[in-house]
Amino acid sequence: MTESSRDAFLAGVRAVAPIIVGIVPFGLVAGAAAVNAGLTLLDAVGLSVVVFAGASQLAAIGLFGDGAPLALVVVTVLVINLRMVMYSASIAPELLDEPRRWRTLEAYLLTDQAYALSVTRFERDPGTNRRWFYLGAAAPLWVVWQVCTVIGAVVGARVPPWLPLDFAVPLTFLALLVPAVEGRATGIAALVGGGLATVGTSLPLEAGLMAGALAGVLAGLVAERVVGPDAVGRDGDGPGGGHA
Amino acid sequence: MSPPPGPQVWLAIVAAGLGTFLIRASFLFLFERMGGVPPRLERALAYVPAAVLAALVVPAIVAPDGTASVVGNDRLLAGALAALVAWRTESVLATIVVGMVALVVLGQVGVV
Repeated sequence: MTESSRDAFLAGVRAVAPIIVGIVPFGLVAGAAAVNAGLTLLDAVGLSVVVFAGASQLAAIGLFGDGAPLALVVVTVLVINLRMVMYSASIAPELLDEPRRWRTLEAYLLTDQAYALSVTRFERDPGTNRRWFYLGAAAPLWVVWQVCTVIGAVVGARVPPWLPLDFAVPLTFLALLVPAVEGRATGIAALVGGGLATVGTSLPLEAGLMAGALAGVLAGLVAERVVGPDAVGRDGDGPGGGHA
Repeated sequence: MSPPPGPQVWLAIVAAGLGTFLIRASFLFLFERMGGVPPRLERALAYVPAAVLAALVVPAIVAPDGTASVVGNDRLLAGALAALVAWRTESVLATIVVGMVALVVLGQVGVV
């Protein structure tokens, strides 16, 4: 690792640090839920390491606990994680120069948080060292997630009821969403995506999330034909902008 | 009911993990075979962050219990305040802290 790759890695670590707040309770709950559903500690850790995707893990644990058919567990996990096809496509142009073995590692570590942090950072600061910033943001999430799964599975998870830690995860995404809205076209993409996902909250398998996201992208494309594309750029959009 | 014994659970875990990896890897490898990203697709991909993040955030704030609610929804007010902080500061930490504190305070006070 050269000096500048280390700087990029540390910048990724710094960017992800506050997000860990939301990961810790989520991981504890995933570990505790796995054991409560009748899985062994090794099963719980295996699920966390092999699948490494929180919402789908919780769904799988629920189904395991109900004694559901294994094929249903697998399909449920895959459908919930389908949104990551969009992350893969969206971040691929940034990582295409990477050798395949690095891209394999980067694919394994791809999460909502690592994706959102990296994509907003690369847009704002095109000179960022792609590989090392991404790994700096993604790797701590992996480590903390695994550690919390083990702790949750061993000691159980007891979050004080007055502390709304589950709210930290949507707040994280909110903090990344606001700067991602750069003008009218991305604003319309967000409105349509968020609106449709809200209407579809009762749908199974996170279908509302997927439908909202796809409709949002389409709405953005339609909107840019009407209002023109947003000024995609780094120069201080919004009062807090401009700091790299 | 209880989960099936170990080996079967692991069959499901490995299948789910492999499938999830292929989803994550999909375009990271496909675009290489396609010789780059088609320009029209690249335009569409510019809207992925805003659309996906909004689809993750808005339901969790507007409809925390599964149905959209405005009256009596502390998360909506706390979320609005957090959004203001996100806009002014662009700081993830400040957004999380203000949103959480606001939700705790609203819950204590019982305003709405």
